[in-house]
Amino acid sequence: MVSGVVLVQDNSLRSSRAKLRGVGTESEQRPSTSLGTNESRIWQVLESVPDPEIPVISVVDLGIVRSVEADRVVITPTYTGCPAAQVIERDIRDALDAAGYRHVRIETALSPAWTTDWITPEGRDKLRAYGIAPPTRSEVECPQCGSAQTEEISRFGSTPCKSLWRCRDCAEPFDLFKCH
Amino acid sequence: MPSLPPIRPEDEICAAKDVPSGAFDPRGEPEGGALFEYLLRLGDDSLVLGQRLGEWCGHAPSVEVDLSLANIALDLIGQATFFLEHAGAVEGTGRDGDALAFRRDVLDFRNCWLVEQPNGDFAQTMARQLLFSTWQKLLFGHLVASREPRIAAIAEKAVKEVTYHQALAAEWVIRLGDGTDESRRRMQDGLDWMWRFVPELFEMDALAAFMAERGLGADLAALRGDYDSAIRAVVEEATLTLPKDHRPILGGRRGHHSEHLGHLLAAMQFLPRTYPDAKW
Repeated sequence: MVSGVVLVQDNSLRSSRAKLRGVGTESEQRPSTSLGTNESRIWQVLESVPDPEIPVISVVDLGIVRSVEADRVVITPTYTGCPAAQVIERDIRDALDAAGYRHVRIETALSPAWTTDWITPEGRDKLRAYGIAPPTRSEVECPQCGSAQTEEISRFGSTPCKSLWRCRDCAEPFDLFKCH
Repeated sequence: MPSLPPIRPEDEICAAKDVPSGAFDPRGEPEGGALFEYLLRLGDDSLVLGQRLGEWCGHAPSVEVDLSLANIALDLIGQATFFLEHAGAVEGTGRDGDALAFRRDVLDFRNCWLVEQPNGDFAQTMARQLLFSTWQKLLFGHLVASREPRIAAIAEKAVKEVTYHQALAAEWVIRLGDGTDESRRRMQDGLDWMWRFVPELFEMDALAAFMAERGLGADLAALRGDYDSAIRAVVEEATLTLPKDHRPILGGRRGHHSEHLGHLLAAMQFLPRTYPDAKW
């Protein structure tokens, strides 16, 4: 049983890492087999921290966790003025503390700048299921009915990261997570 | 609108322009002092315009516009937070971003005159936004290559957002300019009023030159050509007329401001000054 649990952890860790490939720091590029147990457990803790404004996706899904080491977590803000940034840091702090990682510090890096390309495939699916069209560089599909007959209503939606759209087929308004 | 004297050759902005007493003198300043001043310029531009746009919250012509303006304000205040926090760290006397935003007086602010101008009507606000965001997009595009790593990182992050601000403002200028007789008249009036504050954006005084020569800041004068092309393209599509150049109004970078800034700061600062360190 125990080894089975560890295996599951490693798998989920590997997929998280694969998603981050190509944008990373030194620690991310290390093969996952060499990771300390602490680091893989910290990744698990972070995967349980929801984004405060879109609670269906985690901070890992959102791509804002840039690296995890034994004694520090590096995060990056989505938008410069995102009011959720401070809440996210506090939520991560609380989660780490609760899991016994009080010594792990949280650092914020601005560069490289966050991009919606870092949202994981799972994160994109969760957004769509929640009613938010995931960022796309091609045509925008309605998250309700899947139609591509959509139009922008407003460049800004309820948060800086979203714009407001409408489906011409099912007539439902919806948020689009903007490409950034 | 008060009439202004015509522009004269001696009003041309150049690095040799006389420096008011008490202004920055690069010969006597260590690099840290220049960097601090430069960060205040960047941070105060964003802070003051963010506060101005915040005044629209709940008053914009439609809920979508209300959201747009509030979101642009948030981006700008986010930029200001990064620049002013860094300024505080560079200064090294224990002041943080909040102390710099809320406990400095008018004469200590280093923003340009454009951002402190009152909102006026929606057209005037959009004219100001187009003129500022077009400039800031070019500026940050250059600061991405700054030798000062924190400035480069903030610029890299913010330029993506500013591109959005510029596009939104351009859309509205075009829609209003090429709209009804009234929207067109208001858009032209807004542009005519704000245009006089553009030359200051490109002023290369001693501090700006000092920073540019060291690869820390941007050579603003070199951005003017691209700026004029970008503005002209929007103004033409909006079927508006590019205003005539006015005599430059300068001084914001050295703490000489219009009367409007004091009123803005009074609204912005009264709470943290009345209840120091209040938390909520």
